[in-house]
Amino acid sequence: MADHKHSAKQNSGHAFVRAEDAPLLPPPATEAGLTGWLWQNIFASMADFSSAGASLRSACVAALTVFLLYFGFAQIYTLLDFGVFSAVWSDPDELKREACWTVDQGGGLPSGWHAACWPFIYAKHKFIMYGAYPSEELWRVNLSVLLGIAGLAYVLIERLPRRREVGAMMLTLYPLLCFILLTGGNLAIPFGSIGLWLIIGLAVISLGRLAKRGFLGSTLSEFHALIGLTGWAFVIYNTVRGFGAVDFGLEPIDTRDWGGLLITLVVAVTGIVVSLPLGIILALGRRSEMPAARLICTVFIEFWRGVPLITVLFMASVMLPLFLPEGVNFDNLLRALIGVMLFSAAYMAEVIRGGLQAIDKGQYEGAQAMGLSYWQSMRLIILPQALTHVIPGIVNTFIGLFKDTTLVSIVGIFDLLGAGQSAIADAAWSTPVQATTMYLYIAIIFFVFCFGMSRYSIYMENKLSKSRQH
Amino acid sequence: MSFSAFFYDKRLRSVLFQALLVLSIAFGFFWLIENTVSNLSDQGKSVGFSFLSQTAGFQISSTLGTWLMKYEVGRSTYLDVYFIGIINTFVVAVLGILAAAFLGFAIGIMRLSHNLVIRGFATVYVEMLRNIPLLLQLFFWYFAVLRSLPSRREQTELFSGIAGINITGLYLPAPIAQSGFMIVILVFIMAIIGAVMLSKWATKRQYKTGRTFPAFWAGLGLIVGTPLVAFLALGSPLDWSFPEFKYTGPLLRRGFQSGTGMVIVPELIAVWLALSLYTAAFIAEIVRAGILAVAKGQTEASYSLGLRPGITLRLIVIPQALRVIIPPLTSQFLNLTKNSSLAVAIAYPELVSIFAGTALNQVGKEIEMIAMMMTVYLTFSLLTAAFMNWFNARVKLVER
Repeated sequence: MADHKHSAKQNSGHAFVRAEDAPLLPPPATEAGLTGWLWQNIFASMADFSSAGASLRSACVAALTVFLLYFGFAQIYTLLDFGVFSAVWSDPDELKREACWTVDQGGGLPSGWHAACWPFIYAKHKFIMYGAYPSEELWRVNLSVLLGIAGLAYVLIERLPRRREVGAMMLTLYPLLCFILLTGGNLAIPFGSIGLWLIIGLAVISLGRLAKRGFLGSTLSEFHALIGLTGWAFVIYNTVRGFGAVDFGLEPIDTRDWGGLLITLVVAVTGIVVSLPLGIILALGRRSEMPAARLICTVFIEFWRGVPLITVLFMASVMLPLFLPEGVNFDNLLRALIGVMLFSAAYMAEVIRGGLQAIDKGQYEGAQAMGLSYWQSMRLIILPQALTHVIPGIVNTFIGLFKDTTLVSIVGIFDLLGAGQSAIADAAWSTPVQATTMYLYIAIIFFVFCFGMSRYSIYMENKLSKSRQH
Repeated sequence: MSFSAFFYDKRLRSVLFQALLVLSIAFGFFWLIENTVSNLSDQGKSVGFSFLSQTAGFQISSTLGTWLMKYEVGRSTYLDVYFIGIINTFVVAVLGILAAAFLGFAIGIMRLSHNLVIRGFATVYVEMLRNIPLLLQLFFWYFAVLRSLPSRREQTELFSGIAGINITGLYLPAPIAQSGFMIVILVFIMAIIGAVMLSKWATKRQYKTGRTFPAFWAGLGLIVGTPLVAFLALGSPLDWSFPEFKYTGPLLRRGFQSGTGMVIVPELIAVWLALSLYTAAFIAEIVRAGILAVAKGQTEASYSLGLRPGITLRLIVIPQALRVIIPPLTSQFLNLTKNSSLAVAIAYPELVSIFAGTALNQVGKEIEMIAMMMTVYLTFSLLTAAFMNWFNARVKLVER
């Protein structure tokens, strides 16, 4: 810098040539600092008066801004006042409904008071979280939920080793564990039959091994994979049944006693866990080259997507008992679960189909050129790319499913909303504000879940679009 | 041909697999039908649609459906109930689609504003509304808001007494057509046809000669003006029946008098509010994404051709944005229609509520009635899908 100044002086030798750099001017007020921020984010949009039309537009924007500021803050204030400032937070004298009564109604609060009655929520908290689940057995629910959160967190945090294996466990072992914990397991399945089928399965697996080595002739050796797979299917199915039949000493709890957030989570998690594999199979079927498979999958998907979930739940609760042989009777929750599974699988299939369609044709051809079979190319080449591609869509489907679980309350299952509705009907807490308080509380719970998931989906979307740019 | 070559023949394997698949599905269906038949015969029920001509013995709250079908307890049949359900579903779907589209477009454009207040408001709206279950919002509007309105013997006056609202609904003046009103409607329809033809002619002339014609304003004038002239010329053949409210008199007679004005039941208001506010949040996101999908170069190129911002928006940006917007928008409309079935939770008399709910409990024909109900939604879905395919084919980018 000093060098430069020196040389400039030397070279010119004229007094009118500037010898020093002009001082830096501050940036214009509209570009920097608080005023710049205010100008760019608020006032620039209403400062164009260059023509009659532009002036009108600016005036409208200004009016809208003022109105929205007022309206927005009024709403926020109303919400905060209802939920926090004016709310009744405690009920030390166990007055129940009278704690939230105004003078006109015979209570102690000023006339015209209208705000949340939180003691009502404390009193009903166990009910809207767990339903009628026995209090001394709540640790089973809590343990299931904690394990689920821990597993989910492990899978979501990148850089942790063996995420894939943990994820697989979450989709297979975890539901089984939850089933045993929540219902108590101890199903009435005779161990003899399970043992018999297990032995048969193991025998079939060893048969497959033998066939692979060519001990059983060339014809059967072609089928070793099929034989092995059948054997594994027997073994896995009966292991699951075996775990269900073991008496772990847990008290059996009927699903009629379940309720609240527990049911919401059970329905949502079941729908999510089942809809993914089922959706993958349906999506592959719909894009298959076999016309019969394509037709069947298309009809299945379009049927479930064409009708509202409510009608599916009605159908599951009214018609399913007619479809099943006599003596087979599902409980109410299982019926609703079946409806939710079929419904969400159809939606998931369409999301996954979008991912399959987005994969370049060269990938399919490349996989074929490598000599991979259909299932190998799907498992190793196509599906990993397609599923990664549609993670945001899958998460959005989960959000939709999570919100849709509220509909089971219409067919008489006390999910979070259903439990809330029945808590509102309690006359011991009858006040004009109890419905609004309950809805506010449930809305906050749903918002936290859904907003969290949608943030994750946006995060994945950004990450994926970055990785695709290379 | 050895057995293994036979087994690895691709075509044969595919035929074999499909045959197995079809057989197993057919077997599954056969199994279901057999179970159903035996279960039904155990319960002493028969399958058939003869119940549709039986008379229905339950009250349905007065809505457009009951008015159109002239519903009367003990005289109307279950088929009438079916149609009332369809009409009421249709009413709430149409009202909801109109409101949701309007609000959704407004919020979607607001989300792109450079003004932080406007943008922030729209963002908060979208994030709040779409992350809370629709059923909860419906309950909120119905049980928390509309249930706290004045009781049936009191009212809140609206528009200085022309209309009023209380817990039994919103009471509005009812139009009563006099003789000659049909002519006005006829004139109105002809004006619409005329406006369409006018705009076609204007486009054609512009292509030929380059001269423009204010077809929009002329058409608007035609549609609004001609029926108005006809209406006035015929001596205003429309009467209004105002809702009558009695504050005095015997206690049980106080309130809105039946037979005066027109009532909109609170269930309809709640469903309409919940559906349109909820769906608007989704439409706003679709609109935002659609407008952002139009490359900036398009706007810049349009400006450099000398087109004004308004014309750029109308002729360059919106047509291209609509290509992206319309398919998901249609599926949101379809979702709204399907979601109208949630009205069963607050007993608005739509299809699921009165046909698959009340009527099903009385008749007990589960299979027939649920199938009839699903047919309605499926038909609507398939029609929408057909429209979407047609639209996609029409607006598909023609690439070189």
